Amino acid sequence: MADGPLAARPVSLVDLLDRVLAGGVVVAGEVTLCVADIELVQISLRLLLSSVSALTAGSPAAAARTDPEVQ
Amino acid sequence: MTGSQTVWLYAVTRGDADSSPPAVRGVAGEDVRVLTEGPLTAVVGSVDARRFGPDVLAGHLENLDWLATAARAHDAVVAAAAARGPVVPVRLATLFSSDDGVRELLRGRRGDFQSALAAVTGRAEWGVKAYVDPDSLADSLSAPDAATVPTGQSGAGSAYLMRRRAKLAARQSAQSAAGEWAQQIHARLRPLCAASRLHPAQDPRLTGRRDWMILNAAYLVDQDRTEPFHALVRQLTEWQAGLDVELTGPWPPYSFAVPEGAQPGERHG
Repeated sequence: MADGPLAARPVSLVDLLDRVLAGGVVVAGEVTLCVADIELVQISLRLLLSSVSALTAGSPAAAARTDPEVQ
Repeated sequence: MTGSQTVWLYAVTRGDADSSPPAVRGVAGEDVRVLTEGPLTAVVGSVDARRFGPDVLAGHLENLDWLATAARAHDAVVAAAAARGPVVPVRLATLFSSDDGVRELLRGRRGDFQSALAAVTGRAEWGVKAYVDPDSLADSLSAPDAATVPTGQSGAGSAYLMRRRAKLAARQSAQSAAGEWAQQIHARLRPLCAASRLHPAQDPRLTGRRDWMILNAAYLVDQDRTEPFHALVRQLTEWQAGLDVELTGPWPPYSFAVPEGAQPGERHG
Protein backbone atom coordinates (compact mmCIF):
# COMPACT_ATOMS: atom_id res chain seq x y z
CA MET A 1 0.00 0.00 0.00
CA ALA A 2 1.54 3.29 -1.07
CA ASP A 3 1.97 6.16 1.32
CA GLY A 4 0.15 8.57 -0.97
CA PRO A 5 -3.44 7.42 -1.36
CA LEU A 6 -4.04 6.76 2.31
CA ALA A 7 -2.47 10.00 3.43
CA ALA A 8 -4.08 12.15 0.77
CA ARG A 9 -7.56 10.69 0.62
CA PRO A 10 -10.32 13.18 1.31
CA VAL A 11 -12.46 11.89 4.12
CA SER A 12 -15.92 12.99 5.14
CA LEU A 13 -16.43 13.30 8.86
CA VAL A 14 -19.52 11.10 8.80
CA ASP A 15 -17.67 8.28 7.04
CA LEU A 16 -14.78 8.68 9.46
CA LEU A 17 -17.00 8.53 12.56
CA ASP A 18 -18.69 5.41 11.18
CA ARG A 19 -15.27 3.83 11.44
CA VAL A 20 -13.39 5.28 14.40
CA LEU A 21 -16.42 5.08 16.70
CA ALA A 22 -18.08 1.89 15.52
CA GLY A 23 -15.03 0.12 14.11
CA GLY A 24 -11.56 -0.54 15.37
CA VAL A 25 -10.72 -3.17 17.93
CA VAL A 26 -12.17 -2.63 21.38
CA VAL A 27 -9.75 -3.31 24.19
CA ALA A 28 -10.15 -2.77 27.89
CA GLY A 29 -7.69 -0.05 28.72
CA GLU A 30 -7.21 0.85 32.35
CA VAL A 31 -8.39 4.35 31.71
CA THR A 32 -10.55 3.45 28.75
CA LEU A 33 -13.84 5.20 28.76
CA CYS A 34 -16.58 2.94 29.94
CA VAL A 35 -18.81 4.43 27.31
CA ALA A 36 -20.54 1.67 25.41
CA ASP A 37 -19.77 1.65 21.72
CA ILE A 38 -23.28 2.41 20.76
CA GLU A 39 -23.44 5.38 23.12
CA LEU A 40 -20.37 6.93 21.56
CA VAL A 41 -21.98 6.66 18.18
CA GLN A 42 -25.19 8.17 19.47
CA ILE A 43 -23.36 11.04 21.11
CA SER A 44 -21.60 11.84 17.87
CA LEU A 45 -24.80 11.56 15.90
CA ARG A 46 -26.60 13.90 18.26
CA LEU A 47 -23.72 16.34 18.14
CA LEU A 48 -23.57 16.27 14.40
CA LEU A 49 -27.28 16.72 14.11
CA SER A 50 -27.34 19.66 16.45
CA SER A 51 -24.59 21.27 14.43
CA VAL A 52 -26.56 21.07 11.24
CA SER A 53 -28.48 24.30 11.15
CA ALA A 54 -30.86 23.63 8.31
CA LEU A 55 -32.66 20.49 9.30
CA THR A 56 -34.37 18.80 6.45
CA ALA A 57 -37.09 16.23 6.91
CA GLY A 58 -35.63 12.77 7.38
CA SER A 59 -36.51 10.30 4.69
CA PRO A 60 -38.51 7.24 5.72
CA ALA A 61 -35.78 5.11 4.15
CA ALA A 62 -33.22 6.37 6.63
CA ALA A 63 -35.47 5.45 9.51
CA ALA A 64 -36.43 2.11 8.03
CA ARG A 65 -32.94 1.16 7.05
CA THR A 66 -30.99 1.52 10.26
CA ASP A 67 -30.75 -2.27 10.52
CA PRO A 68 -27.11 -3.23 10.27
CA GLU A 69 -27.62 -6.12 7.86
CA VAL A 70 -29.26 -5.79 4.50
CA GLN A 71 -30.28 -9.37 4.04
CA MET B 1 7.21 9.94 30.81
CA THR B 2 5.91 11.74 33.87
CA GLY B 3 3.07 10.74 36.15
CA SER B 4 0.77 13.29 34.61
CA GLN B 5 0.67 11.49 31.29
CA THR B 6 -1.58 8.82 29.95
CA VAL B 7 -1.14 6.63 26.89
CA TRP B 8 -3.41 6.83 23.86
CA LEU B 9 -3.43 3.66 21.76
CA TYR B 10 -3.88 4.11 18.01
CA ALA B 11 -3.19 0.79 16.38
CA VAL B 12 -1.41 -2.52 16.63
CA THR B 13 0.99 -3.64 13.92
CA ARG B 14 3.47 -6.44 13.46
CA GLY B 15 6.55 -6.38 15.62
CA ASP B 16 8.70 -7.15 12.61
CA ALA B 17 7.43 -4.09 10.77
CA ASP B 18 9.51 -0.93 10.53
CA SER B 19 9.76 -0.14 14.20
CA SER B 20 10.44 3.57 13.86
CA PRO B 21 7.31 5.55 14.74
CA PRO B 22 5.27 7.06 11.89
CA ALA B 23 6.14 10.71 11.33
CA VAL B 24 2.78 12.16 12.27
CA ARG B 25 1.43 14.01 15.28
CA GLY B 26 -1.18 12.45 17.48
CA VAL B 27 -4.47 13.62 19.00
CA ALA B 28 -2.73 15.98 21.44
CA GLY B 29 -0.14 17.13 18.91
CA GLU B 30 2.29 14.71 20.55
CA ASP B 31 5.01 12.69 18.86
CA VAL B 32 3.83 9.21 18.15
CA ARG B 33 5.82 6.33 19.67
CA VAL B 34 5.96 2.58 19.19
CA LEU B 35 6.09 -0.16 21.82
CA THR B 36 7.22 -3.57 20.63
CA GLU B 37 6.32 -6.65 22.60
CA GLY B 38 7.24 -9.95 20.97
CA PRO B 39 5.63 -10.21 17.52
CA LEU B 40 3.46 -7.11 17.99
CA THR B 41 4.04 -3.37 17.98
CA ALA B 42 1.63 -0.84 19.46
CA VAL B 43 1.46 2.67 18.04
CA VAL B 44 0.88 5.04 20.96
CA GLY B 45 1.19 8.63 22.09
CA SER B 46 1.64 10.18 25.53
CA VAL B 47 -1.03 12.72 26.32
CA ASP B 48 -1.73 14.94 29.29
CA ALA B 49 -3.65 12.91 31.87
CA ARG B 50 -5.53 15.99 33.02
CA ARG B 51 -6.83 16.67 29.54
CA PHE B 52 -7.55 13.03 28.78
CA GLY B 53 -8.86 11.66 32.07
CA PRO B 54 -12.13 9.74 31.90
CA ASP B 55 -14.28 12.61 33.17
CA VAL B 56 -12.69 15.25 31.00
CA LEU B 57 -12.72 12.96 28.01
CA ALA B 58 -16.43 12.30 28.34
CA GLY B 59 -16.94 16.06 28.12
CA HIS B 60 -14.62 16.36 25.12
CA LEU B 61 -16.55 13.69 23.28
CA GLU B 62 -19.64 15.85 23.63
CA ASN B 63 -17.86 18.63 21.78
CA LEU B 64 -18.13 18.22 18.04
CA ASP B 65 -15.05 20.26 17.20
CA TRP B 66 -12.97 18.25 19.64
CA LEU B 67 -14.40 14.98 18.37
CA ALA B 68 -13.81 15.88 14.73
CA THR B 69 -10.23 16.96 15.40
CA ALA B 70 -9.50 13.88 17.50
CA ALA B 71 -11.09 11.55 14.92
CA ARG B 72 -8.98 13.06 12.14
CA ALA B 73 -5.78 12.96 14.18
CA HIS B 74 -6.43 9.38 15.28
CA ASP B 75 -7.11 8.40 11.68
CA ALA B 76 -3.98 10.17 10.43
CA VAL B 77 -1.82 8.07 12.77
CA VAL B 78 -3.64 4.83 11.91
CA ALA B 79 -3.37 5.61 8.17
CA ALA B 80 0.33 6.39 8.49
CA ALA B 81 0.87 3.05 10.22
CA ALA B 82 -1.29 1.30 7.60
CA ALA B 83 0.83 2.75 4.82
CA ARG B 84 3.78 0.72 6.14
CA GLY B 85 2.16 -2.64 6.71
CA PRO B 86 -0.81 -4.53 8.10
CA VAL B 87 -2.53 -2.72 10.92
CA VAL B 88 -5.31 -3.37 13.42
CA PRO B 89 -6.90 0.00 14.15
CA VAL B 90 -8.00 0.58 17.74
CA ARG B 91 -11.24 2.35 18.56
CA LEU B 92 -11.08 6.06 19.32
CA ALA B 93 -10.42 7.05 22.95
CA THR B 94 -8.64 3.92 24.18
CA LEU B 95 -6.29 5.03 26.96
CA PHE B 96 -3.87 3.35 29.35
CA SER B 97 -2.28 4.74 32.47
CA SER B 98 1.17 3.58 31.36
CA ASP B 99 3.14 1.81 28.65
CA ASP B 100 3.08 -1.28 30.84
CA GLY B 101 -0.68 -1.51 30.42
CA VAL B 102 -0.27 -1.51 26.64
CA ARG B 103 2.47 -4.13 26.81
CA GLU B 104 0.27 -6.28 28.99
CA LEU B 105 -2.50 -6.02 26.41
CA LEU B 106 -0.12 -7.09 23.63
CA ARG B 107 0.96 -10.10 25.69
CA GLY B 108 -2.52 -11.05 26.84
CA ARG B 109 -4.21 -10.85 23.46
CA ARG B 110 -1.29 -11.80 21.26
CA GLY B 111 -3.25 -14.51 19.44
CA ASP B 112 -6.25 -12.24 18.75
CA PHE B 113 -4.08 -9.49 17.34
CA GLN B 114 -2.02 -11.89 15.26
CA SER B 115 -5.07 -13.44 13.65
CA ALA B 116 -6.62 -10.00 13.11
CA LEU B 117 -3.39 -8.88 11.42
CA ALA B 118 -3.29 -12.01 9.28
CA ALA B 119 -6.86 -11.37 8.16
CA VAL B 120 -6.07 -7.86 6.89
CA THR B 121 -2.64 -8.49 5.41
CA GLY B 122 -2.49 -7.50 1.75
CA ARG B 123 -5.99 -6.12 1.93
CA ALA B 124 -7.63 -2.73 2.28
CA GLU B 125 -11.06 -1.55 3.31
CA TRP B 126 -13.23 0.18 0.73
CA GLY B 127 -16.49 1.91 1.53
CA VAL B 128 -19.44 1.69 -0.84
CA LYS B 129 -22.47 3.89 -0.36
CA ALA B 130 -25.49 3.69 -2.61
CA TYR B 131 -28.16 6.35 -2.92
CA VAL B 132 -31.37 6.49 -4.84
CA ASP B 133 -33.31 9.53 -5.86
CA PRO B 134 -36.81 8.62 -4.59
CA ASP B 135 -38.60 10.66 -7.26
CA SER B 136 -36.86 9.13 -10.21
CA LEU B 137 -37.26 5.70 -8.62
CA ALA B 138 -41.02 6.24 -8.23
CA ASP B 139 -41.18 7.43 -11.85
CA SER B 140 -39.38 4.37 -13.11
CA LEU B 141 -41.78 2.06 -11.33
CA SER B 142 -45.12 1.87 -13.03
CA ALA B 143 -47.92 3.27 -10.89
CA PRO B 144 -51.06 1.99 -12.59
CA ASP B 145 -53.32 2.93 -9.68
CA ALA B 146 -52.41 6.56 -9.99
CA ALA B 147 -53.24 6.56 -13.68
CA THR B 148 -56.66 5.04 -13.26
CA VAL B 149 -57.99 7.16 -10.45
CA PRO B 150 -61.65 7.74 -11.26
CA THR B 151 -62.67 11.35 -11.41
CA GLY B 152 -66.43 10.98 -11.91
CA GLN B 153 -69.14 9.49 -9.75
CA SER B 154 -67.11 8.56 -6.67
CA GLY B 155 -66.70 12.22 -5.78
CA ALA B 156 -63.75 14.42 -4.99
CA GLY B 157 -63.19 13.03 -1.48
CA SER B 158 -62.96 9.49 -2.70
CA ALA B 159 -60.69 10.49 -5.57
CA TYR B 160 -58.43 12.24 -3.12
CA LEU B 161 -58.25 9.14 -0.95
CA MET B 162 -57.46 6.97 -3.92
CA ARG B 163 -54.75 9.31 -5.12
CA ARG B 164 -53.34 9.36 -1.66
CA ARG B 165 -53.43 5.59 -1.44
CA ALA B 166 -51.76 5.31 -4.83
CA LYS B 167 -49.07 7.70 -3.74
CA LEU B 168 -48.42 5.70 -0.58
CA ALA B 169 -48.34 2.48 -2.57
CA ALA B 170 -45.87 4.02 -5.01
CA ARG B 171 -43.68 5.10 -2.12
CA GLN B 172 -43.82 1.65 -0.58
CA SER B 173 -42.91 -0.05 -3.82
CA ALA B 174 -40.09 2.46 -4.27
CA GLN B 175 -38.80 1.52 -0.83
CA SER B 176 -38.96 -2.16 -1.51
CA ALA B 177 -37.30 -1.70 -4.91
CA ALA B 178 -34.55 0.31 -3.21
CA GLY B 179 -34.02 -2.49 -0.68
CA GLU B 180 -33.87 -4.96 -3.54
CA TRP B 181 -31.23 -2.89 -5.31
CA ALA B 182 -29.15 -2.65 -2.13
CA GLN B 183 -29.21 -6.41 -1.74
CA GLN B 184 -28.23 -6.94 -5.35
CA ILE B 185 -25.35 -4.47 -5.16
CA HIS B 186 -24.09 -6.15 -2.01
CA ALA B 187 -24.47 -9.61 -3.55
CA ARG B 188 -22.46 -8.59 -6.61
CA LEU B 189 -19.64 -6.97 -4.65
CA ARG B 190 -19.25 -9.73 -2.06
CA PRO B 191 -17.58 -12.32 -4.30
CA LEU B 192 -14.76 -9.83 -4.95
CA CYS B 193 -13.90 -9.30 -1.32
CA ALA B 194 -12.53 -11.24 1.63
CA ALA B 195 -15.07 -9.89 4.11
CA SER B 196 -17.85 -7.35 4.26
CA ARG B 197 -19.65 -5.34 6.88
CA LEU B 198 -22.82 -3.33 6.67
CA HIS B 199 -22.93 -0.03 8.54
CA PRO B 200 -26.23 1.63 9.39
CA ALA B 201 -27.43 4.10 6.78
CA GLN B 202 -26.20 7.63 7.45
CA ASP B 203 -28.70 10.26 8.42
CA PRO B 204 -29.66 12.42 5.41
CA ARG B 205 -29.22 15.50 7.60
CA LEU B 206 -25.55 14.59 7.98
CA THR B 207 -24.83 13.65 4.41
CA GLY B 208 -26.68 16.71 3.17
CA ARG B 209 -28.30 14.54 0.55
CA ARG B 210 -32.01 14.23 0.12
CA ASP B 211 -31.55 10.92 -1.67
CA TRP B 212 -32.18 7.74 0.26
CA MET B 213 -29.03 5.99 1.37
CA ILE B 214 -29.82 2.38 0.64
CA LEU B 215 -26.40 0.87 1.33
CA ASN B 216 -23.50 1.86 3.58
CA ALA B 217 -21.09 -1.03 3.40
CA ALA B 218 -17.42 -1.76 3.94
CA TYR B 219 -15.53 -4.37 1.95
CA LEU B 220 -12.17 -5.88 2.72
CA VAL B 221 -10.52 -6.31 -0.66
CA ASP B 222 -7.30 -8.10 -1.63
CA GLN B 223 -4.83 -5.72 -3.22
CA ASP B 224 -4.77 -7.72 -6.43
CA ARG B 225 -8.55 -7.46 -6.67
CA THR B 226 -8.68 -3.69 -6.26
CA GLU B 227 -9.04 -3.02 -9.97
CA PRO B 228 -11.90 -5.47 -10.63
CA PHE B 229 -13.62 -4.22 -7.48
CA HIS B 230 -13.41 -0.60 -8.62
CA ALA B 231 -14.54 -1.54 -12.11
CA LEU B 232 -17.59 -3.26 -10.70
CA VAL B 233 -18.46 -0.26 -8.53
CA ARG B 234 -18.24 1.98 -11.60
CA GLN B 235 -20.43 -0.43 -13.49
CA LEU B 236 -23.01 -0.45 -10.69
CA THR B 237 -23.21 3.35 -10.83
CA GLU B 238 -24.64 2.98 -14.32
CA TRP B 239 -26.84 0.03 -13.45
CA GLN B 240 -30.11 1.82 -12.75
CA ALA B 241 -31.46 5.28 -13.44
CA GLY B 242 -31.65 7.30 -10.23
CA LEU B 243 -29.00 5.14 -8.54
CA ASP B 244 -25.72 6.64 -7.38
CA VAL B 245 -22.92 4.49 -6.02
CA GLU B 246 -20.08 6.17 -4.17
CA LEU B 247 -16.70 4.62 -3.39
CA THR B 248 -14.50 5.73 -0.48
CA GLY B 249 -11.09 4.51 0.54
CA PRO B 250 -8.71 2.93 0.82
CA TRP B 251 -9.33 2.89 4.56
CA PRO B 252 -7.30 1.19 7.23
CA PRO B 253 -9.38 -1.88 8.07
CA TYR B 254 -11.48 -0.19 10.78
CA SER B 255 -14.58 -2.17 9.96
CA PHE B 256 -12.76 -5.48 10.16
CA ALA B 257 -11.08 -5.10 13.53
CA VAL B 258 -14.20 -5.55 15.59
CA PRO B 259 -14.48 -6.86 19.14
CA GLU B 260 -14.71 -10.53 19.77
CA GLY B 261 -18.25 -11.82 20.08
CA ALA B 262 -19.64 -8.94 18.06
CA GLN B 263 -20.97 -9.57 14.59
CA PRO B 264 -18.16 -8.43 12.33
CA GLY B 265 -20.16 -9.11 9.21
CA GLU B 266 -19.39 -11.87 6.83
CA ARG B 267 -16.15 -13.56 6.07
CA HIS B 268 -15.88 -14.92 2.59
CA GLY B 269 -13.60 -17.65 1.36
